[in-house]
Amino acid sequence: MDQLNNYLFISAILFSLGVFGVMTRRNGIAVLMGVELILNSANLNFVAFSRFGGMNLDGHIFGLIVIVLAAAEAAVALAIVINIYNNLNTINVDEASTMKE
Amino acid sequence: MENSFILYSLLILFLPLLAFVIQIFFGKRLPREGDWVSIGAISITLILAITMFVKMLLVGDPEFKHEASIVWLDMGAFTISLGFLVDNITIIMLLIVALISTCTHIFSTEYLKGDIRYSRYFGYLGLFTFSMNGIVLANNLMSMYMFWELVGVSSYLLIGHWFEKDSAADASKKAFLTNRVGDIGFFIGIMLIYSAVGSFAFTDVFDGVASGMIAGTTLTFAGVGLFMGAMGKSSQFPLHIWLPDAMEGPTPVSALMHAATMVAAGVYLTVRIFPILTPDALLVVAYVGGFTALFAASIAITQTDIKKVLAYSTVSQLGYMILAVGTGVYTAAFFHLLTHAMFKANLFYGSGSVIHSMHHALHEKHDHETDPQDMHNMGGFKDKMPITYWSMLISTMAIAGVPLFSGFLSKDAILAGTLSFAQHHPEHLLLPLFGFGAALMTAFYMFRMIFLTFHGEPKMPELIDDIHESPKEMTGPIVLLGTLSVYIWYTLPNNLSPMSSYGWFNPKLDNHNFKGGLVHPIDSSVPGSISALEIAEHAHHAHHMAMYISIAVAAIGIFLSWFIYIKKGLSVNALAERAGFLYRWSFNKYYFDENYNKYLYQPTLRLADKVSWLDWELYDKYFINGFGRLTNWASKVTGKFDFDVIDQLLVDGTGKIANLIGRKFKGVQTGKLQNYVLYVAAGVIILMVIQSF
Repeated sequence: MDQLNNYLFISAILFSLGVFGVMTRRNGIAVLMGVELILNSANLNFVAFSRFGGMNLDGHIFGLIVIVLAAAEAAVALAIVINIYNNLNTINVDEASTMKE
Repeated sequence: MENSFILYSLLILFLPLLAFVIQIFFGKRLPREGDWVSIGAISITLILAITMFVKMLLVGDPEFKHEASIVWLDMGAFTISLGFLVDNITIIMLLIVALISTCTHIFSTEYLKGDIRYSRYFGYLGLFTFSMNGIVLANNLMSMYMFWELVGVSSYLLIGHWFEKDSAADASKKAFLTNRVGDIGFFIGIMLIYSAVGSFAFTDVFDGVASGMIAGTTLTFAGVGLFMGAMGKSSQFPLHIWLPDAMEGPTPVSALMHAATMVAAGVYLTVRIFPILTPDALLVVAYVGGFTALFAASIAITQTDIKKVLAYSTVSQLGYMILAVGTGVYTAAFFHLLTHAMFKANLFYGSGSVIHSMHHALHEKHDHETDPQDMHNMGGFKDKMPITYWSMLISTMAIAGVPLFSGFLSKDAILAGTLSFAQHHPEHLLLPLFGFGAALMTAFYMFRMIFLTFHGEPKMPELIDDIHESPKEMTGPIVLLGTLSVYIWYTLPNNLSPMSSYGWFNPKLDNHNFKGGLVHPIDSSVPGSISALEIAEHAHHAHHMAMYISIAVAAIGIFLSWFIYIKKGLSVNALAERAGFLYRWSFNKYYFDENYNKYLYQPTLRLADKVSWLDWELYDKYFINGFGRLTNWASKVTGKFDFDVIDQLLVDGTGKIANLIGRKFKGVQTGKLQNYVLYVAAGVIILMVIQSF
């Protein structure tokens, strides 16, 4: 059980780092990297529960699906960032507020 | 062959309707105002009817019967079918209608020449024929009732053809309303039967009666109800009042109406429904018919208007037919309907011819005061109008029951049936007395009419030079129908004796069986009734006695008439004086119109006045207007509530609140991505805190 706590602990740190990155970075790419950290913390949880929590292979499968999703999400998100750059000449997410009233 | 009968029937039914539609919409624009359209259509129906008739004779099957029907109205358990029933009676009736109708059309081209509504008149004739054919062909009570009403409407239109005259307009209304009284009974009868049997079709109804689905008093009431319809249409006492007034219509219409279409419908109905009439109902029928026969004849004796005499003679003859149905010899009633159609139509054409000629003569003299229909203005027309005279004389002999003429055969059959009925039920001795009494009077007043019109000295000598025979269009039908009043047409092909009615129509009794003839009576469906064969045998036994009595009374009637009006053996005025109140009663038609007016119409009108006062003064003023005021007040209150509360407070309030909330929360929308993420994180933390408790 100790081992599971360790994994969860690491996962929590990773998650917090990700949230911190998403909340503080102005650079769009950095925000995406924060999102990746959050996703991977979740992956770590899945795998840990799979190993120690009796979920058998279900957790592994979920981990794989999340990786695939993350890849797809990264592709779409990077495309958005490139478009923002093309239109606004910056990737600072604070500048992308033209839809504000 | 059966299918061709249905096809012919369809054509016979709808051709006159087609003519009606063409006449109403295009009649005025066609050459000759389109009378040839109507005549063409009606002639085709005549040809078809003759074809059917000949086929019927060739087949010679008294049991021949063919039905076809379609579902007209389907409401789940309740369906109404419309259909045709073609049997020998139908075919004979179709021929009567088509023949008389064709004659009427041709006769009218001359009689109504130059009339302002010439084309419409022919259209209505078509409608009339269509409706009557519908009744004749109906295989169920419902479609018969529908066509029944159509006959009422078309008679209304034709009687009121000259509606500028108040008397004609009143007569048409009277005919229609009097008929309605009978129709209510008819409708009640139909409903009684339907509620018990669950079907309108004659065959189902007969089966239902035979199996006891409807019996006893209910069946009697249903039968009397149906018969009330016949009383209205066939103008039986006490609903006879409309028929004499209906003489206001053009004379050819009277011929059509009295011979083939309208009044025949009532008799035809009773002939059709005979199997379901209970003995009690039949007694009602017999007494109504017998009384009408005598009563109408007693009025006809004193009338001076040539058409009125004929009108009452029709009522009387219809009474005969109804009497025959009531005493069970209903095929004799139908036989009399057939012979009567020919001679009565002819008598009306003849009177039309006389009136036409009187009219012209008076016109020449610029006399518009003298009544061209009053027999007291006629006399001595015999040599001036020989064709009219001779054929009218033949028809008069037929109606009076002189041997060698058609009326003798059918009247004899009826009187024999009535006599045998009284022999087996001595308490109903009145019935044959009604019958023979009416026969005596009929012979008297019909010859009185002939003598006053055609014989003796002209009563208006200044007119006699201008009296001429009518044109061919009018004499043609007269000659044709006069010929058809001779007995031989009804006893062919195997009996030439004028004393027996055995022929293509009537069967002969042979060894307790019907032999030959196409119209065999069928047994009553009412359980326990006497069979048709027994009735026929009883009538056969009474046949000779009835024949001698009827010849005797006809001879007495004719002799009296000759003695009074030709020989002047008795003064008419002195006789009228001597008869006193009897004469006055007869002359004034027993004051029926006056008494109906005094005891029926006026009280009804007074009641209507009272009710209308209630309606207007109380109901309208207080209830309806009060209700209006109340509604007005209530609408004002609700209007105020609607504006002040709903609109101002609720509707506008909702908008204002939404606006306010929107304004307050606008600031949250910063457009900075990290702010949103912060909100999300804060939300998650708050949820986790809540969760942890």
